Amino acid sequence: MRRRAILGYGAAGVGAVALMLFVGWWQVDGPGAPAPVGQRPVALTEMDFRLTDHEDNAVGPETLIGRPTMAFFGFTYCPDVCPTTLSDISGWLDDLGDEADEMNVVFITVDPERDTVETMAEYVGYFHPAIRGWTGPEEQIARVADGFRATYERVPTGSGDYTMNHTASVFLFAASGRFVTMIDYHEPREFAVPKIRRALEEEMEGAT
Amino acid sequence: MKKHTLTGTLAALLTLGGLSVPALAGPEDVVVVNAWSRASIGMNRPGAAYMTIRNTGDEPVTLIGLATPLAMMPEIHETKTNAEGVSSMSPAGEIAIAPGESVALEPGGLHAMLMRLQEPMTEGETFPLTLLFDDGGEVTVEVPILGIAARGPED
Ligand SMILES: [Cu+2]
Repeated sequence: MRRRAILGYGAAGVGAVALMLFVGWWQVDGPGAPAPVGQRPVALTEMDFRLTDHEDNAVGPETLIGRPTMAFFGFTYCPDVCPTTLSDISGWLDDLGDEADEMNVVFITVDPERDTVETMAEYVGYFHPAIRGWTGPEEQIARVADGFRATYERVPTGSGDYTMNHTASVFLFAASGRFVTMIDYHEPREFAVPKIRRALEEEMEGAT
Repeated sequence: MKKHTLTGTLAALLTLGGLSVPALAGPEDVVVVNAWSRASIGMNRPGAAYMTIRNTGDEPVTLIGLATPLAMMPEIHETKTNAEGVSSMSPAGEIAIAPGESVALEPGGLHAMLMRLQEPMTEGETFPLTLLFDDGGEVTVEVPILGIAARGPED
């Protein structure tokens, strides 16, 4: 009798564990998973990194808090995607006009070996003046990318040269540091500008 | 196919004025329009050039490579962006263009990757770029060099 009770209890326990596992799977990997959660950047307030901007100022996530932020990764030896993204961003900023004045716009290199402070300064000088270029030691770049859930990888192109594969999306954060949304590469401008406005508006709400 | 070479040379001569003129050709030939590129900073970085290549002929044509005095390693590349938003770039291999079809080399997709520049790409100048086809034909276009922040042939 006693033994049977234990067995019954055990069976219920197994059932409960199975249910928990199922619920866990449903929420984490299954259809109940909130799709992009693993890929969403953390808030800027939760990031920790030290970089140098193209005017040799020490910068970090705290530099960005208090104003909405548009940030993206790239490298100055990038012939196609990076100048295109920088030109797109310059165009969006032109479209936004005065609205964009209170925004941080940051281009973070994934190739610090070649992208020194001087290199970044020269490069960003060809695009919209709001764009800041950030570089720093490789391990700090790795920390930034980790916070953004961005990836990058060095790929040899033959005869000692290399290129970088990297996340090409543009990330938008509210003035509070909260991640708002991202603009994917190839996204049409008519989608990009409203997304930037969303990040800008969130600042207004936070301010009131 | 000597015809490509001839018309290519003709096109190069026609475009020497720096106009963004089609490298035009007769029937069964290749027309290149809207060629452009961005200025470089110095010579250490690779450049990229863009254009639309039209096969106006009756036969398929296959683009197999590039040649230019501007760069020692010109190559047709393709940029791809995956579902995670990560962009990568690699040689595109041969590009077949069916009769009446065109292929666009444009930012974020196919591009003429100009590796090992022999001189800086200076805004306002042009450079000759020769497209090599599998039948031995060639078409040379004069590619205008626009500003570093150019977004398209009109900039
Ligand atoms: Cu390339």
